Amino acid sequence: MASAEQTNPQLLNGRISRAGILSFLSAQGILVFFLLSMFVFSLFSEQFLSQSNIMTVVRQASIIGIIAVGVTVVIIGGNLDLSVGSMLSFATVLVVDLHDKIGPMNAILVMFAFTLLLGAVNGFLIGLMRLNSLIVTLAMLSVIQGLVLIYSGGQNVDIANQDGTWFAFFGRGYVLGIAVPVLLFGLLALLMQIVMSYTGYGRRIFAVGGNPMASVYSGIRRNWCVFSTYLISAFCVACAALVLGSRVMGSQNNVGQGYELLVLAGIILGGTSLLGGAGSIWKTVIGVLILGFIQNGLLLMGYPYYTQWIVTWVIIILAVWLDLANKRKRLLTTHS
Amino acid sequence: MTPVHATTGHRQPIDAEPVLKLEGITKRFPGVVALNQVDFDVRPGEVHALLGENGAGKSTLMKVLAGKHQANEGRIILGGEEMAFENPKHAKRAGVVLIHQEQSLVPGMTVAENIFLGSLPKKWGNRVDWRKLREDTNRILETLKCSFQHDDLVGSLSIAKKQMVEIGRALVFTPRVVVFDEPTASLTDHEKPVLYDVIQSLCEQGVGIVYISHRMDEIFHLSHRISVLRDGEYTGTVNTCETNEDEVTRMMIGRSLELDHASKPSEFGENMLELRNLSVKRLFSDVSFSIRKGEIVGMYGLVGAGRSEVAETIFGLRSPTAGEILLDGQPVSFHTSHDAVAAGIALVPEDRKDQGLILGMNCRDNMTLAGLESVSTLGFMKRADERAVYDKYHQAMKIKTPSWRQKVGNLSGGNQQKIVIGKWLHTHPKLLILDEPTRGIDVGSKAEIHALVKELAKSGYAVLVISSEMPEVLGLSNRIIAMYDGRVTAEFDGDSVSEDELVQAITGMGQPSPAEAATV
Repeated sequence: MASAEQTNPQLLNGRISRAGILSFLSAQGILVFFLLSMFVFSLFSEQFLSQSNIMTVVRQASIIGIIAVGVTVVIIGGNLDLSVGSMLSFATVLVVDLHDKIGPMNAILVMFAFTLLLGAVNGFLIGLMRLNSLIVTLAMLSVIQGLVLIYSGGQNVDIANQDGTWFAFFGRGYVLGIAVPVLLFGLLALLMQIVMSYTGYGRRIFAVGGNPMASVYSGIRRNWCVFSTYLISAFCVACAALVLGSRVMGSQNNVGQGYELLVLAGIILGGTSLLGGAGSIWKTVIGVLILGFIQNGLLLMGYPYYTQWIVTWVIIILAVWLDLANKRKRLLTTHS
Repeated sequence: MTPVHATTGHRQPIDAEPVLKLEGITKRFPGVVALNQVDFDVRPGEVHALLGENGAGKSTLMKVLAGKHQANEGRIILGGEEMAFENPKHAKRAGVVLIHQEQSLVPGMTVAENIFLGSLPKKWGNRVDWRKLREDTNRILETLKCSFQHDDLVGSLSIAKKQMVEIGRALVFTPRVVVFDEPTASLTDHEKPVLYDVIQSLCEQGVGIVYISHRMDEIFHLSHRISVLRDGEYTGTVNTCETNEDEVTRMMIGRSLELDHASKPSEFGENMLELRNLSVKRLFSDVSFSIRKGEIVGMYGLVGAGRSEVAETIFGLRSPTAGEILLDGQPVSFHTSHDAVAAGIALVPEDRKDQGLILGMNCRDNMTLAGLESVSTLGFMKRADERAVYDKYHQAMKIKTPSWRQKVGNLSGGNQQKIVIGKWLHTHPKLLILDEPTRGIDVGSKAEIHALVKELAKSGYAVLVISSEMPEVLGLSNRIIAMYDGRVTAEFDGDSVSEDELVQAITGMGQPSPAEAATV
């Protein structure tokens, strides 16, 4: 659960038996599904597996992915964060608007500070005041969207000098041939995966999500653990805003609308349980990529964009159902 | 009343054709044989106790009997007729009812609705016949001699009364066999006799009772015959009046129990913990006592006397409204359990599953959870150190688990409790508090845990044991603190106190309070 070595012991030991492969496949069902869906789409569209198409999809998925990394941590800790969409609007509008007024560096710093502040408000209400996360973040979803409109006065914002600013690096730049958004996504995911699997902090988050009461009875500062997950989530949103603002060089007031659901879709598709205490960052990465490829594949096959909405959530419900069926089977094997 | 044996005073077996027979029941789950060729029968009017360690297959056998699981092999014969129960409802209609260990009532519904849930009397097609419901419920409540009303909300009843509702459910269809799975686990000593009476009256009506429990005293008090399961195998049936605890235990664990004959600790150091007039509003007040290094202090009292609350206050989970806590001579005040752990206090909580363990986590991760700092550098955990910690306590406490990767939710109660204890030993505490350390644990593990606690005290730990089992408190403690209604009523020497004195102290000096005088 908390580490990769637990999920596939057979492979680690170097003894790859048939049963080992089967249990590996069932444990990594999402990966199998990923490869299968790639295969199916490639049958229908020649462009689908072209390098440029894959890079496009990954780049598009990276904004959702960056946010999903943070939200996964919140969910493992046993809570939800639905405010990330509005928070993304807030951060993007802020950084784009301030870019011309106080310079890119200051704009970025101010944007990070205020986004983290919003995360701290979430964390304070949910972690320290112990309010229900669904209600608090749903409220924050509205409140923050309202704040954005007050701030911008309903105007969309943009950056005047789009070609002469190093701010373009985050959304449009490349390092060693890899798009910066993809790089950022990869680095954040890797960092958080390491934190969750290999540090005491990560272990505590798993414990808090798995059984909040027992974590308190084990001397874990549950409230601060929950608080911190919302800071992580807000930090990831700020990174995503950096990429989004830089790529578009402008921002609508509601640019982040609907992101919270896309992020959740990616996380659920990856197989992280919304109940908390289980899941992993790399699963989320795969889930987000599947989401991206499904949408892209459907477009390439000529279906209108709104078919994605139906297909994505049908697949999610199927995935959840399969997962549950699998769990029920496992429950029966415990004999007592 | 059934005749009792002349010398042992236990009930003699009833001579009658069994109302229920299980023959050669085998139940396989993927990878495990949970039951292997088990035979079992119940005679009308008898209490047949079913014993076995945790994981021996008792619950599985009863689930097969009640239609929750279907056996792979074997026959179920009820009243001479072979049955194949497809689901619990089917079994219930045939007259086989299981009274659940975990209560499965709907708190927001009335007593009557709960009793007839799924079988509400109907009239005019599909309308509920409220009048008949009320009359039928009153009839059932009368048989059970219950003091509550048919329209009381179940959520507002005490645990004991809820259990009566659960039993009332069994009476909807004329039952022939009723299975009680650990029925006294959550009852206080005062509430038990009421349950015993109900069981007795069911017997007199010719119902066969299957009684599952870990408590030997109850089993010898109630049962006519005892059957034992071990690792899914049937090891035999004995008549209660012709056996004793030793024999039954041997049948259960396959060897004689190494009885815990270790002496109590006898060398004490300085005061490790001292409470001075500690109070928490509405929970307990003016609690004062001390524990020395190397000493085991028992805290004895009824459920609700404020014992666990005192422990939680010492552990930083509640803030005292008055009084002082001194640890190692220094006054301390903890804001969170984290501070208490850092100061060297460990609490093995009352409720293993809710408070003690993260059930979805594996054994190793649970074991190191309270002492993560000691197995990490700069926040990064050292896998090898973690394994070493796990291996150390795994061996020292003889925890039975196939691997450290096993989720603790899959372990038996005894092994789960050992993991919780191991978790705290790893933090090297100065003060170890154990709240009901052996509740719901089989005899083998129980003796091991008792021996361990004594050993720990002798090696210098100050230990506080909270328990509602008198033999446990008497067997372990150097001193005993008796609590009643949020107050310490007496302090006894653990070796010279009599059982009567203890009982008086925890029941308010023989003066029952209104709360206790109220019958179920």
